[in-house]
Amino acid sequence: MKRPAVTIPRLILHVVVLGLIALWLLPSLGLLLTSLRPPAEVAQSGWWTVLEAPLHFTQFTLGNYRSVIFGQGLGRAFVNSLIIAVPATILPVLVAAFAAYAFAWMKFPARDTLFLVVVGLLIVPLQMTFIPILRVFNALHLAGTFPAIWLAHTGYGLPLTLYLLHNFISRLPPDLIASAAIDGAPPLQIFLRIVLPLSVPALASVVIFQFLWVWNDLLVALIYLGGAPSVAPVTLKVANLVGSRGQDWELLTAAAFVSMVLPLIVFFSMQHHFVKGILAGSIKG
Amino acid sequence: MLRTRWWTPWLFTLPALAVLVFFLIYPSLETVYLSFLDKHAQAFVGLANYVRVFTSGETLVAFRNNAIWLVFFTTLCVSFGLMLAVLLDRVRYEWLAKSVIFLPMAISMVGASVIWKFIYAYRPPGIPQIGLLNALVVRFGGQPQGWLVSRPWNNLSIVMVGVWIWTGFCMVVLSAAYKDIPRDVLESARIDGASEWQIFWRIVLPMMRSTILVVTTTMIVFVLKIFDIVYVMTNGNFDTEVLANRMYKMFQYPDLGQASTLAVILLLLILPIIFFHLRQARVRDEAST
Repeated sequence: MKRPAVTIPRLILHVVVLGLIALWLLPSLGLLLTSLRPPAEVAQSGWWTVLEAPLHFTQFTLGNYRSVIFGQGLGRAFVNSLIIAVPATILPVLVAAFAAYAFAWMKFPARDTLFLVVVGLLIVPLQMTFIPILRVFNALHLAGTFPAIWLAHTGYGLPLTLYLLHNFISRLPPDLIASAAIDGAPPLQIFLRIVLPLSVPALASVVIFQFLWVWNDLLVALIYLGGAPSVAPVTLKVANLVGSRGQDWELLTAAAFVSMVLPLIVFFSMQHHFVKGILAGSIKG
Repeated sequence: MLRTRWWTPWLFTLPALAVLVFFLIYPSLETVYLSFLDKHAQAFVGLANYVRVFTSGETLVAFRNNAIWLVFFTTLCVSFGLMLAVLLDRVRYEWLAKSVIFLPMAISMVGASVIWKFIYAYRPPGIPQIGLLNALVVRFGGQPQGWLVSRPWNNLSIVMVGVWIWTGFCMVVLSAAYKDIPRDVLESARIDGASEWQIFWRIVLPMMRSTILVVTTTMIVFVLKIFDIVYVMTNGNFDTEVLANRMYKMFQYPDLGQASTLAVILLLLILPIIFFHLRQARVRDEAST
C-alpha cells in the first residue's frame, strides 16, 4: 500500500483546515471579548487589541453584563425564555409520544392516511398560520400571554416530534409489547412502563431539539407576544436592543452572549444528542 | 399490534389531532381565504392581492433577494460542507474541527446576527475601525466599506451570516455519507493511479449524489423562509428585503390580505421543491430495488 502522500499537500491541508477553524471561531471570540471590555475602550479600539496583552485582567469588566441583565431587563427576559421554553418543550413531546404510540401499535380506520397528513404538515410555512391563530387568540384574550405561545409551539412542534418519535417507537421489539399485552397490561400501562422508558434516547434528542428551537425562536414570539417586557424572551429583547442601542457594542455583545449561554451549555454537555436532534429536526420551520 | 377497544386509539391520538387541526390545518385554509380579501379581511377583492405582490417594487426586490439567497446560500453551504466533509476526514483533530464549525447551529440567528453586525461595523475613514472586516481593509490600505449598506453586495454580506451558521449542518450530514463510501473503492482507485481530484469528481461525488440532493433540498426549503437574520441586520432596508420579512411588515401594518398572500406564495414556492424531491426519491428507490 502507498504511504499517505508527500508532506507539502499535507501541510497545505492543515493550513486550510486550521484557517477554516479560525474563521469560524474568530467572530464568536470577538463577541465574547468585546462583551468583557469597558464601553469607552470598545468605542475606541478593536477587540483584537486585547490580544496584545491578554493577561492584563484589569482591561476586562463584568459591568456590561450587569447593565444588560439589570438595566436593560435581560435578566427578566432570560426568565421569560425559560418560562416559555420548558412547557413549550414538554407539551408537544408528551402529546406527540401518546399519538406516536397509537399510530405505531394500534389499529384504527384511516390510520395510515392520517399519519401521512400529519407528516405532510411539516411543509406548511408557519407564516400560513399566524393571522388566523392570532385572531382567535385576540378573541380569547390570549394574545401576549405565555399560554398562547406554549400552545402555538405545541402545534408547530408536533408534526416533526410525532414523526421522529413514531420512527423510533414503531421499531421497538414487537415481542416485548405483545408479551406485556398477553399478561393483560392495558395499553396505557404498556405505554408508561415499556414504551416510554425504552424511548428515552429518542425522547432526549427530540426534547433537546424542541427546547433549542423554542429558545432560539424570534418570529413566533414576535407574532404572539408582541414586545411587552413582562413576557418578551431573550431573542426578542436582543433584537430590540439592536434597534434601540445599535452602536453600543459592549451592550449588544453582552446581551447576545446572555442569550447564547444556555444553548452553548447544552451543546457542550450533550453534543451527541444535540447533533442527532438537529439533524433529525432540520426540516422544521 | 395491540388489541384495543375501538375508542382507545382515538383517546391517544385525539390531543395531537386536535392541536394540528387548530394550529396548522384550519389556519392554513383560512389564510388562503384571507388572501382574497382586502387589508381589513372584510371585502372580497379577487386576485388584487396577488397582482399587487407581483407589481409592487418592494415585493419584487424581496423576490430578487430570495433568489440571491437561494443561489448563494445553498451553493456556499453545500460546497463548504462537502469540502469540509472530505478534508476533515484526513486530519486527526476532525472531531474538534467539526465541533467548532457546527457550533453556530446551537445559537439563535439573532445572536449570530449581532456577532456579524459587529464584524461589519463601519466608521468613517480616519477613526479607528472597531469592526473586524473594515479594520482589515484599512490595514491593507483600503477605504472602509458600509458592508450592510452598499447595494447590491450588502445582500451577500447578510447571506454570509447564514452560511456561517448552516455550513456545519451540511458538513455533518455530508460527512456521514462520505464515511459510508467503502474505503477499498477509494483505495483501489488510488492504486490504479487516479489523482485525489479525479477520485473526488468521478467516485466520491456520484456516490454521495442522493445525500447531496437531500441536503440541498433542505437548504432551499429553509432559505425561502429566511427571516431572523434579515430582520435583525437591516430589517430589509437598503434593498435587502426578503419575502418572510415583507410578510411580517404587512402583518404589522396591518394589511391582512397582503400578508396572507405572501404566506401563500411562500407555500407555493416550497411545494414544487418538495414534489420534485419526493419524485427523485421514488425514482431512486425503484432503481435500487
